[in-house]
Amino acid sequence: MDLKFELGWIDYAIMLVYFVFVLGIGWALKKYMKNASAFLEAGRSMPAWVAGLAFISTNLGALEVMGMTGSGAKYGMLTTHFYWIGAIPAMIFLALFMMPFYYGSKARSVPEYLKLRYDEKTRGLNAILFAVMTILASGISMYALALLMETVLGWNFHLSLILSAVIVLGYTYLGGLSSAIYNEVLQFFIIVIGLLPIVFLSLKQVGGWSGLEHSLGSIVSDKGYAADTFTTTWKYTGNAKANPLGVEWYGIAAGLGFVLSFGYWCTNFLIVQRAMAAESINAARKTPLIGAIPKMFIPFLIIVPGIVALVLMNDPSTGFSIMVNGKANYDLTIIMLLKQYLPMGVLGLGITALLASFMSGMAGNVSAFNTVWTYDIYQSYIRPATGDKESDEKHYLKVGRLATIFGVVVSIAAAYLAGLFGNIMDFLQTIFSMINAPLFAVIFLGMFWKRTTGHAAFTGLLAGFLIALLHHGLTVPEGATTLVKGGWIGVIHTYPVEMAQNFWTAIFAFTTSTVVTVILSMLTKKVKTDEELVGLVYSMTPRTSVVVKQWYNRPVVLASIVGIICIVLSIIFW
Amino acid sequence: MGLDIRIPIGLMFSVIGLIITLFGLFTNSDAEMYAKSLSININLWMGLLMLAFGGLMLFFARKRKVK
Repeated sequence: MDLKFELGWIDYAIMLVYFVFVLGIGWALKKYMKNASAFLEAGRSMPAWVAGLAFISTNLGALEVMGMTGSGAKYGMLTTHFYWIGAIPAMIFLALFMMPFYYGSKARSVPEYLKLRYDEKTRGLNAILFAVMTILASGISMYALALLMETVLGWNFHLSLILSAVIVLGYTYLGGLSSAIYNEVLQFFIIVIGLLPIVFLSLKQVGGWSGLEHSLGSIVSDKGYAADTFTTTWKYTGNAKANPLGVEWYGIAAGLGFVLSFGYWCTNFLIVQRAMAAESINAARKTPLIGAIPKMFIPFLIIVPGIVALVLMNDPSTGFSIMVNGKANYDLTIIMLLKQYLPMGVLGLGITALLASFMSGMAGNVSAFNTVWTYDIYQSYIRPATGDKESDEKHYLKVGRLATIFGVVVSIAAAYLAGLFGNIMDFLQTIFSMINAPLFAVIFLGMFWKRTTGHAAFTGLLAGFLIALLHHGLTVPEGATTLVKGGWIGVIHTYPVEMAQNFWTAIFAFTTSTVVTVILSMLTKKVKTDEELVGLVYSMTPRTSVVVKQWYNRPVVLASIVGIICIVLSIIFW
Repeated sequence: MGLDIRIPIGLMFSVIGLIITLFGLFTNSDAEMYAKSLSININLWMGLLMLAFGGLMLFFARKRKVK
């Protein structure tokens, strides 16, 4: 079937207006970029609502939008576990318990927090891994987008790759982190508004939510599940075989709700950086909570249309298909929905929304990379500060700018690499889950137990990673065809689905890391004095009660509201 | 950073909203084109929605400035 579709002049006009504004914001911020801290830390000046929307927008990259709509078609409403249990508790924890130390310690990055709390080697390990992984991730999302544009819009692969990279480079080079953050807010709104018509039209066609439930019944029964499996979340998680995720409720709660989500939301500098750029400690704590509000409702924007797509696929009269060469490509779901419902005009808006999601993800990667590179690698190992603050700031500004260009160029190279090795994306996601879970264990112990030592943390990080690697080498998901999926040492256990394997890899890594760090902390000498740990460790930091006048500005109040909405949503779609 | 992001957001949505609204008005009688969107003139509705959103953003930005 023909996947291609044509855009009209008006669609290109809309994209052009968007590009002009994105670059214009970078241009308007150029005059404020006088030193490294303005460029790399946004001068710690962002209002909470701006940082909060940027926080969620960075996470709403192209891979997320494409992947989650596809997952809607594959797993139905069970996909919302990635948004409710799999994000909200971690975001609340980050806001209430971790931000005071990330922000209050004056660390400029997550690796730098590790340096302040532990030692140089722990920082070095984390900084180097983070820098490499971030750039690879950015390259892979570029590749995915360019491929999509080529398959569907018939755009030249190289041209769309270079063009989107140049625009992201343009505005991050001009305005640094501030420009990335401000643009993420703009991109957030364009993503929501651009995808809104498909939510409305697709639901209207199937007769609303109850019509959707009705149409899904026979399709889902044919797959061997209960008729309402795809429109419920927890109902069929008592037995792994009864739901398409292939995981029981406790696997979801422990794997996704705890290890994976805390590993991602609480330690990933890409995300935490947005909160660190907030104007005050109170704003920094509110950032993840303000981001959590749209996060809870994004499923209705991207997962629900994916579920409708499943109905359309099973009704030949609609002509809807995501088949490429006889194989279903779920990543195409979102763009085929745009094609299905949108006439010229709003179609351009929808494509612009996809471009915006791609750019917010990539700019996030680039702006986190240049900060870690400049402060945690260059300043630590290549050229330490001289003490002349003014000339240092100028020097590191220059380095930060060069790192931005370098990051984009290497991303482009990584995109071509991704084209050569089709499995690189699976590979990278696997590695990420191996790194993040131990990192969360180490940061968590560091923040809440003053006895934790640097040697223990460093060994704990490595041990967790090695165990994850070992677990991956010894297990496979059912039907795996390549060694990237696991089992490259030998197979001692087969998981029903890949998701289950990922969950358990992370759980093993986290547990090992925690146990090793705790035992070694007790065996090694505590190097840091109590005074040095003030502001870094919970028990050593005096509670400063910031008086916040308005009740709605208090983090605890906001957190309770977020928690209640999340619980209510889970009950409605139980 | 002395930029009120509501201004560019408001301006951008006003411009795109205006383009899409006008396009929707001109193509209002084109039944074939809107067959896709279930015979709803989705351009007109989305255009108006964006104009309203853009206007709201500009209104809030102005309100703060006056203060």
